[in-house]
Amino acid sequence: MRLLTGNDLKTGAVTWWTGSDWSIHVEDAADVTGGEDEIARREEAARRVNSPYAVDAEMHEGSPRPSHIKERVRALGPTVRPDLTLKPADPDIGNWVI
Amino acid sequence: MAETLRYRDDEPVDHPAVTVDSFLDQSNASAVRIEPGDDARALLPHLERLALVEVNFPAFGDGRGYSSARILREAGYDGELRAVGDVLVDQLAYMRRCGFDAFEPDQQLDMDDVDAAFARWPEVYQTAADARTPIWAKRHA
Amino acid sequence: MYKYDSYDQAMVDARVEEFRDQARRRLEGKLTEDQFKPLRLMNGLYLQLHAYMLRVAIPYGTLDSRQMHALADIAEKYDRGYGHFTTRQNIQYNWIRLEEAADILADLAKVEMHAIQTSGNCIRNISSDHFAGAAADEVADPRPYAELLRQWSSFHPEFSYLPRKFKIAVIASDTDRAAMRLHDIGIQIVQNEAGELGAAFYVGGGMGRTPMIAPCINSFVPLDQLVTYSEACLRVYNRYGRRDNKYKARIKILVHELGAEEYTRQVEEEFAHLLDQGVEPPLAELERIKAYFEDPLFEAGTPETIDRSDPDFALWVDRNTVPHKEAGYVAAVISLKPVGGIPGDATAEQMRLMADLAKDYSFDELRVMHTQNVVLPHVRKADLHALWTALDEAGLGSPNLDTIEDIIACPGLDYCSLANARSIPIAQKISERFAETGKTATLGQLKLKISGCINACGHHHAGHIGILGVDRKGVENYQLLLGGSEAEDVSLAKITGPGFDENGIVDAVETVTSVYERERQDGERFLDTYRRIGMNPFKEALYG
Repeated sequence: MRLLTGNDLKTGAVTWWTGSDWSIHVEDAADVTGGEDEIARREEAARRVNSPYAVDAEMHEGSPRPSHIKERVRALGPTVRPDLTLKPADPDIGNWVI
Repeated sequence: MAETLRYRDDEPVDHPAVTVDSFLDQSNASAVRIEPGDDARALLPHLERLALVEVNFPAFGDGRGYSSARILREAGYDGELRAVGDVLVDQLAYMRRCGFDAFEPDQQLDMDDVDAAFARWPEVYQTAADARTPIWAKRHA
Repeated sequence: MYKYDSYDQAMVDARVEEFRDQARRRLEGKLTEDQFKPLRLMNGLYLQLHAYMLRVAIPYGTLDSRQMHALADIAEKYDRGYGHFTTRQNIQYNWIRLEEAADILADLAKVEMHAIQTSGNCIRNISSDHFAGAAADEVADPRPYAELLRQWSSFHPEFSYLPRKFKIAVIASDTDRAAMRLHDIGIQIVQNEAGELGAAFYVGGGMGRTPMIAPCINSFVPLDQLVTYSEACLRVYNRYGRRDNKYKARIKILVHELGAEEYTRQVEEEFAHLLDQGVEPPLAELERIKAYFEDPLFEAGTPETIDRSDPDFALWVDRNTVPHKEAGYVAAVISLKPVGGIPGDATAEQMRLMADLAKDYSFDELRVMHTQNVVLPHVRKADLHALWTALDEAGLGSPNLDTIEDIIACPGLDYCSLANARSIPIAQKISERFAETGKTATLGQLKLKISGCINACGHHHAGHIGILGVDRKGVENYQLLLGGSEAEDVSLAKITGPGFDENGIVDAVETVTSVYERERQDGERFLDTYRRIGMNPFKEALYG
């Protein structure tokens, strides 16, 4: 599957296209296979996202998981600062990234 | 075509600018267009017949034209020096400092932004091709 | 240290308003991201892996306690309570919002700081010797020359859209503590036989994907031609540096392709022309700047002896203090490399403590080292125990300067969008391993440097041991390099062979240190042994 991601223009936060809006949680991401270019163009023109691009992903335990480690680090946060990630309370989250 | 901004009092030259190679081949041309890879110093023997030099910026991030402009002004060229192409409002102030006195941008610029850009810098740190006095000279005036 | 006058302040204030206007136009859609990107980069604002990142300039690494307090306040007010000190003596914040960036610049301007030209294809923050003004071996304090060039290079109208970024370092001693010859321009202030000061210019060094050591192109530029000569070096580069390929656009490639001799000829020709153009400030301007860098009022007759009865303190003194030109004083290094920690990171509380200690014990002055530590440059030996006690309580007392625990590491894939592999976890594992085995002490000086990609922000080419993270089919992999040095004995490290995984690279580092322990002769550092015996014994041990 393909996910569309970018950053929020104002805050810089990593965001994922849910099919109707942008979310900071990769679990909310929708498969955009085939439609990524058009959505990216439209959303960037409306300044709802900055520098969007599509990435490969697979379903993993019911949620999308980006195929490349860089996108998984983006999705979660720095592996060396679990307290600053989106899931600070999950002790096993490192295994999801690496 | 966007409006040309001109900061000179004389009449604009109305003949088209030719390439540097054509200019050097013809003895009567008075307007030339410099591309980023051209050597501005090739024009120096012919400054007396030049009334307009256009410096093309195909992409705003290619800064060779800034050096071309200063080299011409340092050699005493006092005709029109026009920046053309991908000329954006945030590059205008530095271009002016390098000796440009006319701007022909691909895209129309917002005149309020243009005025703000030229009014931006209260002082300058360097000598360049304009008449502004650098800060170090004011400190030791 | 240097203080802004009304001119300097007016320029920085104007820059804040310029950026505020640019950010507004971006948010309103009047600027595209492609148009905005070089503008935000020239104000230190990147779009990184998790958010915007702001890199704040610390010119030649020098700052006072008020400025360090301001950096701590920014970390708390606009970021997540910490900052990262970089290999260009700067600090960067990782969680910045575009809509607040101009406010941060305004806060910085209030304490004579900025983020001007900390990124972009322009002349970057000028780095220098972190022991400037304290070192016994300098012919002059290099910072006035760096400040002169800072002002010349700031908002330079001709050199703001160069082929690529441009880094300058200035030193003033034969000992090189600033990796001078690995810069686009390295300047060494030297004294000639007549006792006059001048500047030796080294041009075309750098790390990145094509590391090169800068050749000397002029061994003595008179001080009243320093700016003009720099202008000539830059103009030749701006006109002829390659713009067809981003990876070949640095000045090192131009110097390499033309040959140092031809590049020098072109610079000299441009220089002869520019001498008549009035670009050089008068020497009185250099004298004005120098007055800000006069020695503090050192106390005469302060005790030379240190009470070494506390062994932990004695170890820290031995490892982390450096001789000073003034009797009774040392320069004290605050390690930002706790075992298992993130190299170069400091919390807001730690920044405030360092600021307060600088005020109490170091004439209100701090320095950021390119090795991502902080120096208190002028500390009385009599004050060292009190200083160490305060540092140790705050987790800042690691006694590991220039040891294998004192690792340079770029942010790597944990923070950086260019990275191919994580750097920080490797640094953490290595420091933990060597602290556990107790080998740190026996290995002596060993400079280990880690980059998470080929851009080499972690200076891996210049490490006695270097590590380069690469992406091998989506999996992190680490190459090992040996024999680099950024110092006056500058050399580029060579790769040992096939790479290793995350745990394998830690083992590999231990293996090469064991070869050193086996082979070393009296007084040899790791680097010396490597140079004497060559790569083969290390390869043999690593790959059998």
